[in-house]
Amino acid sequence: MRERRLGEMSPLAKVLVYSVLIGWSLVVLFPLYWVLITSFKLPGQVGDGPDYLPFLDFMPSLHAWRYIFVDLGADTFRPYWNSVVIASVSTVLAMLVGSCAAYALARLHFRPRLISIGLFLLALALVVTAMATTAVPWQLAVTAGLAIFALAVRALRRAPSPRLGNGDILFWIISQRILPPVVAALPIYIMFQQLGLLDTRTAIILTYTTVNMPIVVWLMYDFFVSIPVDIEESATLDGASKLRIFLEMVLPLAKPGLAATSLLVLILSWNEYLLALFLSTADAQTIPLLVAAQNATRGPQWWYMSVLIVIMILPVVALTLLLQKFIAKGLLLGAVKG
Amino acid sequence: MRRPLRHPVRTPVAPPSPPLASERIDDWLDRNAGRLFILPAVLLILAFSLFPLIISGWLALSRFRISREGFELRFAGLANFDKLLDGSQQFHLLGTSTRIGATGTVLLIATAALLAWGTIAYARSGRVSALGIVGRLIAFPLFGALALMLATTVGEGGQLGSLSTTLFYVVVGVSLQFAIGTALAFTCAQRIRGRAFFRVVFFVPLMVTPVGIAYTFRMLADMSVGPFAPLWQGLGLGEFSWAADAWTARLVVVAGDSWQWIPFIFIVMLAAFESQPTDELEAAELDGAGAWRIFRDITWPSVAPVAATVVLIRIIEAFKIVDLPNVLTNGGPGIATESLTLHAFIEWRALNLGGSAAVAYLLLFVSTIACVSFFQFVVRPMREARS
Repeated sequence: MRERRLGEMSPLAKVLVYSVLIGWSLVVLFPLYWVLITSFKLPGQVGDGPDYLPFLDFMPSLHAWRYIFVDLGADTFRPYWNSVVIASVSTVLAMLVGSCAAYALARLHFRPRLISIGLFLLALALVVTAMATTAVPWQLAVTAGLAIFALAVRALRRAPSPRLGNGDILFWIISQRILPPVVAALPIYIMFQQLGLLDTRTAIILTYTTVNMPIVVWLMYDFFVSIPVDIEESATLDGASKLRIFLEMVLPLAKPGLAATSLLVLILSWNEYLLALFLSTADAQTIPLLVAAQNATRGPQWWYMSVLIVIMILPVVALTLLLQKFIAKGLLLGAVKG
Repeated sequence: MRRPLRHPVRTPVAPPSPPLASERIDDWLDRNAGRLFILPAVLLILAFSLFPLIISGWLALSRFRISREGFELRFAGLANFDKLLDGSQQFHLLGTSTRIGATGTVLLIATAALLAWGTIAYARSGRVSALGIVGRLIAFPLFGALALMLATTVGEGGQLGSLSTTLFYVVVGVSLQFAIGTALAFTCAQRIRGRAFFRVVFFVPLMVTPVGIAYTFRMLADMSVGPFAPLWQGLGLGEFSWAADAWTARLVVVAGDSWQWIPFIFIVMLAAFESQPTDELEAAELDGAGAWRIFRDITWPSVAPVAATVVLIRIIEAFKIVDLPNVLTNGGPGIATESLTLHAFIEWRALNLGGSAAVAYLLLFVSTIACVSFFQFVVRPMREARS
């Protein structure tokens, strides 16, 4: 049918379609082209006004690249390596934790009692109040809070209470994404300060994992629901454990979804700025912070920034091209079903 | 003991023997697998989301001071909120008010009409519930108040606060991104040569860090040495500085944000257009329906639920905007481009932790109500209409 419509498409419509598409390609590519050529310009060339074509308008120079890779050297590689480690480890963790939760929500029934949740919040409030008003060490407060919670749940085991369902849990996890990072950033900062983990990669990895996990749950839940349940049922009858079913049967089937979701999560943590700004000062600095730092007292150093932006984009673009066939069908299956 | 999954060996029935400890553990693990699967996610959220939220609430109600022994927190009640909503920081959050001009009047009338329509439609829907009434009693007055705030600060002589600026980014930014993203997706969904190429190219901006985009747009928008400088000079705008004017500065922020996020809407809407029911399209075309009617009656209803969801995702993320205004304009001129997150960050940098937490909490309040309302009033009806 589509082919027939192609035949019907008038030349005028074709011209219109192509001019829109090519026009937008220019909107997308021109800023990137400008960054690329700026990275080969001398400061004087940038200051003198726009030069558009290398070799014709200006003589390209490698001075900015030399500065970033040779003069700065370790100061470039350390944040770069930090970003690589933080983005990849937090992506793997978020995918692991998120898809486990999504799978459990897609396949099993949870009926948490409202009263237990209320008790938990009460215990949490007690812990926070105790820590804020007295000088109790946090380890003691948390342990005592957990103990009180466990005892109370046991005592009220038979009390009647409404129950929640899987949909409520799913909504609760996804709604974490609404929470603006700036609300949590300061307490997380204080928390890691207390734990002595400030300015470490561990702190940033844990934070990114939590921030991105809801997206994984959201997208992977739809994916797992769309996988027919029969194979898993017969495997259960054959005595396979739930963990083995999940690892050996379900995950391979969900590969396109896993690839696309992890790409999205990877991009988000690779580019994240605000939380890294809160949680790192020097050792755990990530590459977006280094880009921002090129706005020195002498004014923005466009040429250095451009080099950094180029080397930041390259690996992600390469990865996307590699995973391109998954993006089309993977990420979208969940989203398209709404 | 691992067995290949697809060819399970059934162990012959043996005389009952007491189960081994390891088997008991395996058995317990398998029975509780569901809970164990979901436990890490719940623990992470509790530790890094719910717990910080409570601490932040505590901070918002206290006054924080650096003292000789480190720092001290003193309970201050609602003083931080009072200062922001009705005190010395009111101009920063809500803006400086002026007489209501033409734009303000239109905005107020439109909002009043919308709210009245929502109330009447709800009363007539026959699905009135206690929860629904409570929800509307929270959401509708808030929307009214936000409209009033915008109307009184938008006119000549007034100044927008960080709350209005954030709303501007969300409403104008997301509308623009949705319009362009959907139009591009519709164009790209036509079967033409080179579709794969355009799809990859259009996706690229999503991968650039927002900080990088901010600097790139600063370079591009430079009116004396940027690539469009000859154009500005030709138009006689060489002396004009977009960074010194509140509205052009905001528009440049929206442009950068849109450049990054149009690809996201594009790629999701493209998939939606490609998965619309072909048989219905075919039948309509055989009936000789026009292109516009096909779009209105078949294409749009089939993609509407996805469109609503993708807009919701964008609204959620747009409320958190910070990198672009921070780097592009540093919140300026004055406070003109400051988003709520940037406002909270600036307060934090000034060590006014209580004020920072209060701004963050107000952002959480407004964005939660906006997102839940959008879900209830737009996303859900569209999904129900489809199914």
